Amino acid sequence: MNALAARRRHPAAIAILLLLGLALVGAAYSLLAPKPAQAAAPSAAAAATAEDAALGRQLFLANCATCHGLSAEGTKSGPTLIGVGAASVDFQVGTGRMPLAGPNVQAPRIEQVKYTEEQIAALAAYVASLAPGPAIPEGKEVTGETGNVALGGEIYRVNCAMCHNFAGSGGALTRGKYAPSLYGVEGKYVYEAMLTGPQSMPVFNDTNITPEGKASVIAYLNATMNQPNVGGMNLGNLGPVSEGMFIWIFGLLLMIACAFWLGQKAA
Amino acid sequence: MSTTASGRTAADLRADDTAAAAPTGNGRVAATAGWVDERTGLAKGTAYLMKKIFPDHWSFMLGEIAMYSMIICLLTGVFLSFWFVPSAGLIPYAGSYLPLQGVVMSEAYSSTLAISFDVRGGLLIRQIHHWAALMFCVAITVHMLRVFLTGAFRKPRELNWVIGTILSMLAIVEGFAGYSLPDDLLSGTGIRAAEGFIRSIPLIGSYTSYLLFGGAFPGEAIIPRLYSLHVLLLPAVLIGLFTAHIVLVFLHKHTQFPGPGRTNENVVGYPFMPVYTAKAGGFFFMVFGVLTLISALVTINPIWAYGPYDPSPVTAGAQPDWYMGFADGALRLLPGFLEFELFGFTWSMNVFLGAVALIPVIYTVAGAYPFIEAWVTGDKREHHLLDRPRNAPVRTGLGMAAFSFYVVLMLAAGNDIMAIKLSLSINDITVLFRLLVFVVPVLVFWVTKRICLSLQRHDREKVLHGRESGTIIRTADGKFFERHEDLDEFDRFKLVAFEAPAPIALEALTDANGVDAKAIKKAKRRARLSSFYFKDRVEPVSPAELAAAHHHGEHESISGGSTHAAIKHDKHND
Ligand code: HEC
Ligand code: HEC
Ligand code: HEM
Repeated sequence: MNALAARRRHPAAIAILLLLGLALVGAAYSLLAPKPAQAAAPSAAAAATAEDAALGRQLFLANCATCHGLSAEGTKSGPTLIGVGAASVDFQVGTGRMPLAGPNVQAPRIEQVKYTEEQIAALAAYVASLAPGPAIPEGKEVTGETGNVALGGEIYRVNCAMCHNFAGSGGALTRGKYAPSLYGVEGKYVYEAMLTGPQSMPVFNDTNITPEGKASVIAYLNATMNQPNVGGMNLGNLGPVSEGMFIWIFGLLLMIACAFWLGQKAA
Repeated sequence: MSTTASGRTAADLRADDTAAAAPTGNGRVAATAGWVDERTGLAKGTAYLMKKIFPDHWSFMLGEIAMYSMIICLLTGVFLSFWFVPSAGLIPYAGSYLPLQGVVMSEAYSSTLAISFDVRGGLLIRQIHHWAALMFCVAITVHMLRVFLTGAFRKPRELNWVIGTILSMLAIVEGFAGYSLPDDLLSGTGIRAAEGFIRSIPLIGSYTSYLLFGGAFPGEAIIPRLYSLHVLLLPAVLIGLFTAHIVLVFLHKHTQFPGPGRTNENVVGYPFMPVYTAKAGGFFFMVFGVLTLISALVTINPIWAYGPYDPSPVTAGAQPDWYMGFADGALRLLPGFLEFELFGFTWSMNVFLGAVALIPVIYTVAGAYPFIEAWVTGDKREHHLLDRPRNAPVRTGLGMAAFSFYVVLMLAAGNDIMAIKLSLSINDITVLFRLLVFVVPVLVFWVTKRICLSLQRHDREKVLHGRESGTIIRTADGKFFERHEDLDEFDRFKLVAFEAPAPIALEALTDANGVDAKAIKKAKRRARLSSFYFKDRVEPVSPAELAAAHHHGEHESISGGSTHAAIKHDKHND
């Protein structure tokens, strides 16, 4: 009798079969990927040198045109970049989102950025030369030095927490889209994200949140994210779900271990 | 003491002896005890308590974990109440947490920040309080499961089960009230949600909300009111019911698992004093220690990060504490079309059913279960011996199914966290959970019952043919089989000491011509339920069967090499 047949009536067999079934269903399910999201294009003014734009055009044709079209007019697989401005390019390429590897629900942030700063500047200059759009922000506002932390907190809670979570740990949006974690995001990209509203994120233009306000948000994020964890491990700052999991798994386990140990002790 | 030698009794003499042997302490303790007894008559009761016997089993300590967590909550709660200000009055924050300095917030929030940052040891105590509250609810849940799965709720303990269900429901209400107090963004969102739930109550919803909040949301009244509930009313009721619960445990005596020498009439274990008090006292400190350790290492509810409540913002990941998760999950799963208009009113059944109606319904069903089972089985006897869960396959199946239903709802409350952590679509997860909530309990019931039955069969095999020794014997004609060792009597007893009731038969009724149609219908319904419970059963090994098996065994060992025996042993090994 082979080993499998010998154990087919083992009490655990059903449980194992069930687990296998569940794993299969899970795998099949994760293959059915949802569809990508649309993004809105903002507009403002920007300028760049001609050589930069020329170099940028070359890079663009080689790396981006397949999706965004030969003159950035957009195709089925990528939106038009006319009028998105240098800020949008700097954000998208600088955070590793572009060039997109392939169709996805949402372009993920990738730590390994594909281009040097000069190349990114060139790409930005090229896109900015197509039509006016928001320029790459610079100076004190971007680092948050001029911001007011308390004010930034209020702006953050009203405008950002519903998607990015109270501590900036990120949150789920519909159909597989998500607001990413804001941990470790450079001030410049926070500013650009507000300015250009990537994908499902709304645009926060300067009348919505003033440049001082934006600087304050950055100051607030810097302040909270650099706070020591006064209460101990923060379990990912995900709220009560992770706390509940922790107490069920570790709390209960420790308690039962104690009870068991005490029960084994003779009187 | 009498002065004449002749007047001294033997007892007097001995009294002197002990006093001399243990000069100070003992005498004083005895004297104090005597003094108290003369004025209160407590000695008899204390002696009764001290001699109470408790059986040992780790699962009997789950209730104790709940008890100690509750006591820890009470102790730390007193500490918190020294500094907490239950007021919605607004003030600018001037404490030592930098990112909030200057922000205008309620006194409740500001004082909670003060406890966390400016009161010595405050944050640790806050975290112990909250972790202990979570542990309390976890312990209640597992305690309840253990009581259910072992059949400890049967006569005469049905009432204590009912008290238990009420305790468990009050515990989550108490927890929710506490969670709502600090007035940070999370708790404020929780109160906002609760207000929505109240409004979804048909007809009286909006009036009730106005009554509770003292006007429109949020108002100034809700925090002081919740505070009264959280520190006064609910703890008083909890302690009262808990005392009744424990008194009943003492009166009924604790149940025990079947075993040699353990009968329905006795309790085998250690006396309360000194063994059990030492163990229980030690256990209290272990529970306290574990909770303190957790609280010192792991943040819970970082209210400073949430920021003050304000009705306009919400945060992603706004969830209730886990024990309210099942209601939140039900709410997330209910489809929107359940809201409709009729007679000029809006009926928000999509909210009401999950967030309001579910809790009392679940607890009513739980509380009624002992009576339902007693009716189906027609069992009117007292039970002081527990069932091993496998020996009541349908009950165990039902318990696990109910628990799995609860767990699916609870997990559904984390659908957004799952979506980001597993990179899935929240819509798909919700649809999946809508399916699971119906499928999983049925599946769990079936699987659990099957597992129980096969464990029972396994027990039977073990009793009849002994345990597998691991020794392989090769017979003269080249066949192999494994030698089985007989169980000793003690082990065997544990495997055969149970009942496997047969379903109630219907014949009894049909020949009773006089009964009316209604009674027959009722009896038929009962017979159907009885067959649901007991149709699949594995009987315990009877002494006759055991004797036969032994006889067979001897025969086997003589002609061990016969084909017959080899086949039989093959079968055991599969
Ligand atoms: C595989 C196809 C693909 C490639 C290659 C690609 N993109 Fe994109 N790009 C997209 C899609 C789809 C979007 C819109 C949704 C998103 O951001 O995921 C987008 C969005 C953008 C945006 C934001 C537009 C807005 O509305 O703000 C910028 C800027 C951008 N891409 C720049 C680039 C650059 C620069 C490159 C080349 C280095 C590049 N992309 C390569 C597919 C692509
Ligand atoms: C409607 C939900 C929503 C709101 C509100 C929102 N965001 Fe976002 N945010 C998103 C999404 C979705 C992305 C991901 C975009 C992408 O991947 O291209 C994002 C991306 C970002 C990023 C880039 C993070 C990274 O990983 O590189 C930053 C920074 C950011 N948001 C900051 C903010 C700030 C600051 C606010 C408030 C002023 C805000 N967001 C409000 C949805 C939101
Ligand atoms: C406030 C929460 C509760 C506390 C502090 C508590 C505490 C205890 C303790 C210390 C015991 C004795 C030890 C044990 O068997 O574990 C006990 C027994 C018992 N509890 Fe609870 N309990 C609580 C809630 C519940 C709940 C929710 C139920 C079920 C609905 C329940 C039903 C019972 C029953 C039936 C017994 C007797 C068990 C037996 O004798 O085997 N209790 N409880």
